[in-house]
Amino acid sequence: MIDILRARLRFGSETVDYPDGPARFPERFRGRPVIDGVRCADGCSLCAETCPTDAIHDVGRSSMALDLGRCVFCGECSEACRHGAITFTRDYRLAMRSREELLIPTGRDEALLARALDARMRSLFGRSLRLRQVSAGGCNGCEAELNATGNVQFDLSRFGVQFVASPRHADGIVVTGPVTENMLLALQKTYEAVPPPRIVVAVGACAISGGVFAGSPVAHDGVSSELLGVPIDLFIPGCPPHPITLLDGLLRLLGRVEGDELRLAGTGIVTAAEPVGGELGAPPDESPGGAP
Amino acid sequence: MREVLEIWNGEAVPAGEVPVISVARFQAIVSEVLAAGGRMSALFGRPAPSGRVLVTAVLTDDPEGRLGLLATEVDRRWPSLAARCPALQAFERELCEQYGVVPDGHPWLKPLRFEPERRAVPEGTGMPGDYPFFQVEGEEIHEVAVGPVHAGIIEPGHFRFQCHGEKVIHLEIALGYQHRGLERLLEGGPARKSLRLAESVAGDTAVGHALAYCRSLEALAGVEAPPRASYLRGIALELERLANHVGDLGMLAGDVGFQPTAAACGALRAEFLNATAEICGNRFGRGLVVPGGVRFDLAPDEAVRLSVKVNRAFERVREAASLFFESASARNRTDGTGVVSRELCDALGLVGPAARACGASRDVRRDHPFGVYRFAHLPVATADTGDVFARAWVRWLEAERSSAFVAERLGTLPEGPVRLEVPPLPPERLAVSLVEGWRGEIAHVALTHEEGRIERYKVVDPSFHNWMGLALALRGEQVSDFPLCNKSFNLSYAGHDL
Repeated sequence: MIDILRARLRFGSETVDYPDGPARFPERFRGRPVIDGVRCADGCSLCAETCPTDAIHDVGRSSMALDLGRCVFCGECSEACRHGAITFTRDYRLAMRSREELLIPTGRDEALLARALDARMRSLFGRSLRLRQVSAGGCNGCEAELNATGNVQFDLSRFGVQFVASPRHADGIVVTGPVTENMLLALQKTYEAVPPPRIVVAVGACAISGGVFAGSPVAHDGVSSELLGVPIDLFIPGCPPHPITLLDGLLRLLGRVEGDELRLAGTGIVTAAEPVGGELGAPPDESPGGAP
Repeated sequence: MREVLEIWNGEAVPAGEVPVISVARFQAIVSEVLAAGGRMSALFGRPAPSGRVLVTAVLTDDPEGRLGLLATEVDRRWPSLAARCPALQAFERELCEQYGVVPDGHPWLKPLRFEPERRAVPEGTGMPGDYPFFQVEGEEIHEVAVGPVHAGIIEPGHFRFQCHGEKVIHLEIALGYQHRGLERLLEGGPARKSLRLAESVAGDTAVGHALAYCRSLEALAGVEAPPRASYLRGIALELERLANHVGDLGMLAGDVGFQPTAAACGALRAEFLNATAEICGNRFGRGLVVPGGVRFDLAPDEAVRLSVKVNRAFERVREAASLFFESASARNRTDGTGVVSRELCDALGLVGPAARACGASRDVRRDHPFGVYRFAHLPVATADTGDVFARAWVRWLEAERSSAFVAERLGTLPEGPVRLEVPPLPPERLAVSLVEGWRGEIAHVALTHEEGRIERYKVVDPSFHNWMGLALALRGEQVSDFPLCNKSFNLSYAGHDL
């Protein structure tokens, strides 16, 4: 018993500083991408040709955009691009309130932040939100990070947000996975079992767009308004999203985190963020490239 | 005529060289090899030009480090071997579901994944979970149904317990809810998203499956990743093992209500995930392993700092784990719970820590070494009791060895490039790639057609072998011990359902 107490004291507090202090991310962490179609060379679409999930549209045109709902944050596009038109920042704030907002247009270099729920919903859920998670074809990546939000490090429950065992006890559902045909009924039933008013959160590329499973004949390209008959309240992109990204999205939805200050710190283990592919490929073309 | 083609792990052969023999000889050889202690690593079908189904087996001889390939053509029905060789029960059900090859006399011929296009086979059922479960009858017998949506943040699966009071007489596990059609999405590749699909077989084993996938492509193309890349791959694979084993120790402590270890391991698991993210930016190692090597390198000072971080984290794991293993109450709950005998383990063909906890010394890293494991040997950890305690203890021993391995490799990274170009795949070749993931043996078999694209890609996650082990471990246990037993196996639903 004494040993246990001693060990406990030695461990100290493990909880992260976020949101009061900075969130610590490795140098090589890939967060919110920034695209600059002005730098694209005429006819070049290497980024779109490399992207595993067809997340990049209209390369080099003024309508060029990267769909965060499809992006798996592999970084292959920025590696393929020889003109520096796509970069991944370490900004972890990725959650949005609508599917359209997930499209990052060319030239946008600041985060669009998720808006809070309306006053009535905030008064209901702002200080106590109970969620039921439904994995509908998730590979256990998103599930693992959602589990991590409950550990002593990220400790989501300090904000009054908890995952509960029964949909009857929940205020909403959190969906992961591309919604397999075999899970559709269970997902719909779980949603129906949550007493209204209720919210729906889609977590990860699969739940938002089908991710790498988009187009699978045995899945539904993610959870959508058509499947549940209601709009989705929050989209949290990633493959999987980092626990801080999950926290940030949920807390912004509840109005518990506000403002656009980005508090980011490094971990000091790795200093450079040079992917190897850049060295292998041809040297970057320094010319600004063709105008759109 | 040669009836079995012998190859090494990570070797490719012309697909036409795999001997196609009669069903009777095929089955005689398979049952002989399994009876002699061999294993079935993969058994899969594909359409034959004759309109029948060409079934190919990958048999594994662990002591010799050899793999045996053999094939046969089946016409809709064949005699089942599952009653004599239970290790084949899921493979035969899979063949039945995917290709309509009915195994006559199969003792448990039920749908495996309820693949939507093929739901009519074999028992005229609808959705997963909606089929005739085995029922125990008697006055005081009751049934407990759990899932597909579970209490925690867990993947879906349905568990049906036949109980007498608290005692479980029988547990049936119905899976398939996670079926995403993964193998078929890989056909016609390699495509842009193939590697991402491999990483998504099981998200907690992204490095293991990506490595098996990349090694199978490299084998087909006849290239080998540079030494520095295979070191970094080994480091990532062991960090994945560390993160999951440490997390599992914490979850097991949580399930017996032992909070100090549960809380500490929950946070310490993240240290190893974060170490992986330091290398490649993603906590699960996504994006690190690519065909031909790895995408990220470490500068010498970075490797040193990472090594210090891993060592420090592991010293704290040591403290947290010893609290658990020295606690009488934790021992009381785990000793003798969920026992799998050595005989049952071998009959079911269990793999990974679940098998090593029964005393079966099998580990792909030693028996069929690949990459860095050919030069750096890891001792295989085993225990004898086959219970929850043994499965926890084996995890702890493995974590300890992985930690030492990572630190040592980080200190001795060979010089040189970390990635080379992989040429287009040659036509009509077959490659087998085995990797010891943290759950056990991952088997990938890749086969190209005449244009050098993937014709058939077979994935066998370790969970595929082990789910029946969990079902049988529950017999005679208290139903309330299910979460503990389940966690001690910690199997993948997504990896099974594909």
